Amino acid sequence: MKLLTHNMLTSKCMKGVSIGYPLAIKALDIRTVEVDFNPEFVAKMIPKIDWTVLHGAAESIGQTDLPKEVVDNYENNEEFLKKVHHVLLEVDVIDGELICPETGRKFPINNGIPNMLLNEDEV
Amino acid sequence: MSRPEHLAPPEIYYNEEEAKKYSQNSRIIDIQFQMSERAVELLVLPEDTPCYILDIGCGSGLSGSTLDDQGHFWVGMDISKAMLDIALEREIEGDLILSDMGQGCPFKAGAFDGAISISALQWLCNADKKHHNPVQRLYKFFSTLYACLSRSGRAVLQFYPENSDQMELITAQAMKAGFYGGVVVDYPNSTKAKKFFLVLMTGGNMPLPKALGTDEDSQGVTYTAKRERLKQQRGKSLKKGRNWILEKKERRRKQGKDVRPDSKYTGRKRSGRL
Repeated sequence: MKLLTHNMLTSKCMKGVSIGYPLAIKALDIRTVEVDFNPEFVAKMIPKIDWTVLHGAAESIGQTDLPKEVVDNYENNEEFLKKVHHVLLEVDVIDGELICPETGRKFPINNGIPNMLLNEDEV
Repeated sequence: MSRPEHLAPPEIYYNEEEAKKYSQNSRIIDIQFQMSERAVELLVLPEDTPCYILDIGCGSGLSGSTLDDQGHFWVGMDISKAMLDIALEREIEGDLILSDMGQGCPFKAGAFDGAISISALQWLCNADKKHHNPVQRLYKFFSTLYACLSRSGRAVLQFYPENSDQMELITAQAMKAGFYGGVVVDYPNSTKAKKFFLVLMTGGNMPLPKALGTDEDSQGVTYTAKRERLKQQRGKSLKKGRNWILEKKERRRKQGKDVRPDSKYTGRKRSGRL
């Protein structure tokens, strides 16, 4: 699971959860996969993602390269975009858990795929 | 052909054996590929901009490959673990999530620029477990999908409806969730090539894209042409016209009555110079 996906994931589909965001990450195995750098896409996604959440998530899995705030004029700052690209798309959580902030429900991540299936009584 | 959704729930039906077909059977791959290309075409994404797309029921990621080819980034969700494992084997670019579409799309608001789904929606019409209610599950799916699309984002869902009731059920729930749009039927006159695409729009009502394989002629007869044809069917000419007079004289002749012979003056108007 990439951090970009984590930035979009919520547990709001569960019964009794209103926001369910952000999910906490407990990572056991992290891998880095090389992905082609596409500055246009990264720049387009920056306004969409929740920066504080991304920063927090990156720190919790040991990626401390990101600045606390989005820098001004980021569209033309290639060095910054490359850093964001690395954190968003290249860092892959292979094994671990996602934890719902409201109920503490754990969603296991196996082989890079988070299991968001809910039980009968949680829908 | 038997419908797979009658045999078993999706997470059971798409077992390792069935999933393998999606990486080996060239016919299945070909059909899936064509359908995903058409679905992406119907999405009408802005040109030359990489978009972030949700693939619902991504399976082995065949539809995702189409998105990759066009330079888009995508996230796939599917309920079958075996299918996702095949996707991992194929080393696809997108990220995968194991999730049931009937439980909703677990994403924050406005996350995606668009969504596609190939042959997944019809599974929602079945109640595979005791606590499943197809209407509720469809509504939950469409309402959460609506929420996770950005404004003016579209969703194109290819599906195989079993009958017209099913199609109505699906579209009714989509409209209830706030979507505009409808079903585009490609090649409606063919049994095999006929494909249903539910095109859903978020930002206002826009005309539906044109379906493939439909001729202008087969769409129906225009109003005036219909009137003409009806007249010919009745076999009578316009009253007071020359044809009508000729026909009438012919009829009376057959009845043995005394009728003036036809000439170039028959049925002609007087000049008015009288």
